[in-house]
Amino acid sequence: MSIGISGLTKRFGRTDVLRGIDLGIKKGELVALLGPSGSGKTTLLKIIAGLEWPDAGRLEVDGVDWLQLAAQERRIGFVFQHYALFPHMTVRDNLAFGLTVRPRAERPGKAVIAAKVDELLHFLQIAHLADRYPAQLSGGQRQRVALGRALAIEPKVLLLDEPFGALDAAIRRDLRRWLRGVHDSTGSTTIFVTHDQEEAFELADRVVVMGEGRIEQIGHADAIHDHPATPFVARFMGATVELPVTLQAGRIEAPGLDLSALPRRPLPDGPADLFVRPADILPVPDDASPWRIDSRMSNGANLRLVLSHASGALAEADVPRRAVQADALVAGTAARLRVAAGTVFPATRGAPPAQKTEPKSLKLESVR
Amino acid sequence: MTAPVVIHAPGQSRRGERMLIAIAVVLTLFFVAAPLAYIFVRAFSEGWRVYAANILHPMTLHAIWLTTITAIIVVPLNVAFGIAAAWAVAKHRFPGRGILVTIIEIPFSISPIIAGICYLLLYGRQGLLGPWLQANDLQVMFALPGIVLVTMFVTAPFVAREVLPLMQAQGSEQEQAAVTLGANGWQIFTRVTLPNIRWALLYGAVLCTARAVGEFGGVSVVSGNVRGQTNTLPLHVELLFNDLNAVGAFAAASTLTLIAILALFVKALLEGRRTR
Repeated sequence: MSIGISGLTKRFGRTDVLRGIDLGIKKGELVALLGPSGSGKTTLLKIIAGLEWPDAGRLEVDGVDWLQLAAQERRIGFVFQHYALFPHMTVRDNLAFGLTVRPRAERPGKAVIAAKVDELLHFLQIAHLADRYPAQLSGGQRQRVALGRALAIEPKVLLLDEPFGALDAAIRRDLRRWLRGVHDSTGSTTIFVTHDQEEAFELADRVVVMGEGRIEQIGHADAIHDHPATPFVARFMGATVELPVTLQAGRIEAPGLDLSALPRRPLPDGPADLFVRPADILPVPDDASPWRIDSRMSNGANLRLVLSHASGALAEADVPRRAVQADALVAGTAARLRVAAGTVFPATRGAPPAQKTEPKSLKLESVR
Repeated sequence: MTAPVVIHAPGQSRRGERMLIAIAVVLTLFFVAAPLAYIFVRAFSEGWRVYAANILHPMTLHAIWLTTITAIIVVPLNVAFGIAAAWAVAKHRFPGRGILVTIIEIPFSISPIIAGICYLLLYGRQGLLGPWLQANDLQVMFALPGIVLVTMFVTAPFVAREVLPLMQAQGSEQEQAAVTLGANGWQIFTRVTLPNIRWALLYGAVLCTARAVGEFGGVSVVSGNVRGQTNTLPLHVELLFNDLNAVGAFAAASTLTLIAILALFVKALLEGRRTR
């Protein structure tokens, strides 16, 4: 089913949760809605499901106006973050629920439902759990049952809200691969919400990055990683070091920074902000640099260096601990920052700052 | 070797602890158990025959019947009201929600006799609705409808109070899941909402029954105490007692006590299931 969304807005009280969403999703696509909490991604998902209603905008699925349809009529499969399994029913009854509530005329016979449930139990590899109650299942098993319950009605669209949010890291990775398999073999159009970049990029065909009720960027993992469309996406993608620079004839310049690795940018001359990931910064000892290493911490694989500028600004750098240069990088050393990659946006100083995604994100205040 | 579990600080004697336990036991025996036991002692003081004759007296039987019929009408109505109120408050956001919760609890804090007087002023002969009721030949006061109305007022909060916290804790995700699976409102209620609250609901219904059967103050105002007509069991006990028929009064009281003990027993059973 192809989904067309345009001009969708939604307010809760005085908060704008969605500020105009335009999005097209192709049949059979697996799309991730990625964003921090409060970005409106779950609200968008619930509007598609029919559990919330927008204030304005359109939602069409295969040309049918879904805003005229109740949730019951949309035939969607919705998987809740905390599963919302029916605690008083066995796994088997949970899976059968969607079929047994059909109007009498459309309801399959008991034997047909039982066969369908058996098929699902095997497909989900939970046949041995058929007669258990949800309270007797582990998190990963509940997740499978929740997905199975949604798949039982052969949904046109499968919607998942933070499907792996409540699980351990190892189980998450397993289930991710498994969900991809389920999607590929059912051929449904699937949308899932997550705040975990790794999850979004590994699993989805396309990732929709959302921030503060808007779509910030749509694309594939590499494009979003290397070419964030907005400062918001850059920060969200981990480029938490913001360095004020000057653009001159497309070249990026700033004292104490070695930016020779960065290509020229077709941007007008003037002040700009350079967004860099700590791992893309390598401090090189240089007595003439205004930057100095304040502290050095190791997490085993990497050293995290905190550097301060003469003006008081801070930056972080992640350096592999076994790197040749690492030994020289001790606290108190003056160093210039060699930047391997980064994204430049025209300076927004004076404009209200965008929402921070990392609470400890460090910002460079000013450089002469 | 594991150290023994220390339940009191070293050096501190256990005398204080034992004292408190003793006080609790003695007080319970004196103020609760002994009077209850005495009811049965007095009821049977003149033997089984007299006891049976007292219970089987037409007036007593009528009182038992009237109390039973009142409970049979009141409890299902209050169960329905309790579910509806709890559902409205727990699953919806609307202005005046907090006030509704407070109003539901008013019968807890108001003396039942005030409820009785309010109903008298509203439905009585001289009351607000009196003329209209008379014109339509409807007898509310000093009849079964009045008894039922007052009992409903007094027992209104029991079911709602038990079901509401549970519904609030559960939120509405399960109902939303049922919606996405295509269930209609009735199916969601009977197959998802109701099974989730069934123990709390039963527990509330048992408390409601116990209270409905024992209600005295409010009913005494609106019933008129007509023997064999509007005399409920608690009123009958008082009447017999005032007639100086102590054995009869205690016999009637023993039936009330049995109902109460039975209700407590069921309640304890349900509590076990609910917290399972």
